[in-house]
Amino acid sequence: MAERGARLLVTDDNKVNRLLLTRSLELQGHRVASAENGRVALEMLRGEAFDLLLLDMEMPELNGFQVLEQMVGDAKLRDLPVIVTSSLEGVAHVVRCLELGADDYLHKPVNPVVLKARINSSLEKKRLRDQQKEMIKRFATSEVAEDLQQSGFALGGRRVRATVMFSDIRGFTALVEAQPAEETIELLNTYYTLMFDAISGHGGVVNQMIGDGLMAIFGAPLPLAEASLAAVRAALDMVEMIDLFNQDRVALNKEPIRIGIGIASGEVVAGYTGTQQRATYTCIGDTVNLAARLEAHTKVAGRNILMDGETQVALGDRVPLEPLGEVQFKGKAAEVPIFAVKERT
Amino acid sequence: MSEPVIDVPTFTELQAAAGAAFVTELVSTFLEEAPPMLAELRSAQAAGAADAFRRAAHSLKSNSHTFGATRLGALARDLELGGLIAGSGPLDDLEAEYQRVAAALRALCRG
Repeated sequence: MAERGARLLVTDDNKVNRLLLTRSLELQGHRVASAENGRVALEMLRGEAFDLLLLDMEMPELNGFQVLEQMVGDAKLRDLPVIVTSSLEGVAHVVRCLELGADDYLHKPVNPVVLKARINSSLEKKRLRDQQKEMIKRFATSEVAEDLQQSGFALGGRRVRATVMFSDIRGFTALVEAQPAEETIELLNTYYTLMFDAISGHGGVVNQMIGDGLMAIFGAPLPLAEASLAAVRAALDMVEMIDLFNQDRVALNKEPIRIGIGIASGEVVAGYTGTQQRATYTCIGDTVNLAARLEAHTKVAGRNILMDGETQVALGDRVPLEPLGEVQFKGKAAEVPIFAVKERT
Repeated sequence: MSEPVIDVPTFTELQAAAGAAFVTELVSTFLEEAPPMLAELRSAQAAGAADAFRRAAHSLKSNSHTFGATRLGALARDLELGGLIAGSGPLDDLEAEYQRVAAALRALCRG
């Protein structure tokens, strides 16, 4: 069973209760540590990783309620499942524990069969939550993952100022046709790993990957100081990483790859779209379209990184740029000025 | 006083679930821990320390139920919920019942 061998912490000031509970859980195949009051329990929880806490309420130094209160305020402990085992009487206590985030309330003496069922159910819930968190992390920075957790996946949008980036591999279709499928997937995996590193290293969030293309947002859902600058620096890192990657490819007699990156800044409508089960954070609006057009235009302009006027203004002279005049893009009423990052030659 | 000192089905169920050898150890832990709890009740009563009194009674109640000491558990529960009481009568009763429970538990573990 997947639930076997979980690491549990038993907290009870009463030695008989502590020994008995520990014994029951060990017989169920878990690894168990114990604490004799709430203060010691919190110290242990903060010091090492546990899968679940069994908590008595009536304890000296720091009682169970106080432990629950401290856990709610601690981002690292907030999601740890807690099963309260208590012989306190009265529904009010039960309600208060559940309100403070406890998964379950079992009256002592605890029936071992019930205990086993509740623990397995809590561990299973934790496993699903961990899995979900892991999935979010793969597509977002830890701050965004945290925001998602706290907002409980509130779907719905808002208008925010952000910088949007599109990037793809040039001539990718030809590349795919010229090499075995396994090699293409391996190439994409390396490419995405490098790009994710560069983007999240500068506070951006990759929110879409389609084939060889990706979209990233800087400054949403959480504000980011100097989002435009962060996006351009990420783009420079991306190009540099691809250069390094190409040195390996050339050494293996493989075609080097080139990427094109388009960056635009401005107002976007941002929000989680989808259903409660499957939601992604996305941005919509003119700024997004413009970033996509700029990325496509890198082929025409023969440059790696292109950006709009608003991004250029935000950068000032912190990154050497070169104006490429005004371009008429599809879907835009007027011509827009575009800028390229001056490339090292 | 017609109920048994220890409810034997509860006790044997505990042995079956946790192992007889372990329960014997657990009983000796209880026999070490309970006298200080009884003493705590006395001193808390003398000092008028309601919290300590309630907590000691609560612990004793909880352990009594674990071993099937139904009557001891009920006496402890009365003290837990009743709070500080005047006079030594209820504590005398509790201690007398505890002596019976201790003897019965020792006998059960030997058996």
